Amino acid sequence: MKLADIRVGVIRIEGTNCEQESLDAFQRLGTAPEFVHLKQLLGIDCTKEETRNLFDYQCLMIPGGFSAGDYIRAGAIFAARMKSQLARPLREFVEQGYPVLGVCNGFQVLTELGLLPGFDETIRNVPDACLYLNDSSRFECRPTLLKHENSGTCVFTRKIPKDSVRLIPSAHAEGKLLFPQEKQDAYIKRLLENDQIVFRYVDPDGKYAGYPWNPNGSPWNIAGICNPAGTVFGMMPHPERSFYVHQQPTWTRTGLGSEIGDGRAIFESVVDYISKKF
Amino acid sequence: MCAPGHSGMYEATVTITLKKGISDPEGANTLKALHLLGFTDVKTAHTIRTFDLLIDSTDKHKVEHDVEQMCQRLLTNPVIHHYAITVKEAP
Repeated sequence: MKLADIRVGVIRIEGTNCEQESLDAFQRLGTAPEFVHLKQLLGIDCTKEETRNLFDYQCLMIPGGFSAGDYIRAGAIFAARMKSQLARPLREFVEQGYPVLGVCNGFQVLTELGLLPGFDETIRNVPDACLYLNDSSRFECRPTLLKHENSGTCVFTRKIPKDSVRLIPSAHAEGKLLFPQEKQDAYIKRLLENDQIVFRYVDPDGKYAGYPWNPNGSPWNIAGICNPAGTVFGMMPHPERSFYVHQQPTWTRTGLGSEIGDGRAIFESVVDYISKKF
Repeated sequence: MCAPGHSGMYEATVTITLKKGISDPEGANTLKALHLLGFTDVKTAHTIRTFDLLIDSTDKHKVEHDVEQMCQRLLTNPVIHHYAITVKEAP
């Protein structure tokens, strides 16, 4: 389909942030994104004209923030509201190959929704993963270096060469990816076998390193994973905050050169996927 | 039908604790501060979260089943939490 016909729904509720940067990223690539409040998808407190259906879009994005005050757990209330009426259409949306991106709080929502890691079922009733408090017990806000380790499954990173390192900023307090303790090793093995690990935190030498390079203590230095089909992708760092080189802290030392920032390829990859598939 | 004297309401208490091995920085910091205040006999401090729910029902089994579902679907994440439920008639 034509770029201008690709509609991306950037979903928000109270407490989402970076939705403007997220919308801008898709818009700058020539697609037609729009903000959609979750109530518009649930048909609550909105007019008929404002009401939307998941299938009005070819891609959904859940941006960062502190949705619903992060009450109960980060992302839990957003996920519960979404699941209350949209579990079935969301399953169909994903099973038809339409992509879903969750950044930061969005990644937390995708795990609470049971869409990630997505083993065996498209969407699980009970979450199978948790983004828990950083090892430092505080909000970590800094540029992070991510090594791209996906071999082509993830539709959001196909334009990023494998093993290349990207500078994408992190800003979160709950980014440590946990699986059920007794299954942790087995789950990581499955992620590797299914090519679901997308980004891992590294140091400037490209080596897997601990704090502060890994800002949250995630096992295996995991920064982002996708579902087995590669169409649902969650990552803690914010690619929309490094769409242009001048958004990155290094440009004063390295010069502007190209205007293309390290996060841009994530949006380009998924737009390319949609334009070819649908 | 309510039993005589039943208010038609149940009080459910959900007590949520972190599983062993999951860090509890609030508990750890509390322990540190208690030690600084001189309460050096305190050996551990863990934080616990509770939800008190008042539920309009006369069917205790349904209440127990529903609260279990609430824990599974929203109040806890089984990856990090244990939970216990108590249900009693509201006065």
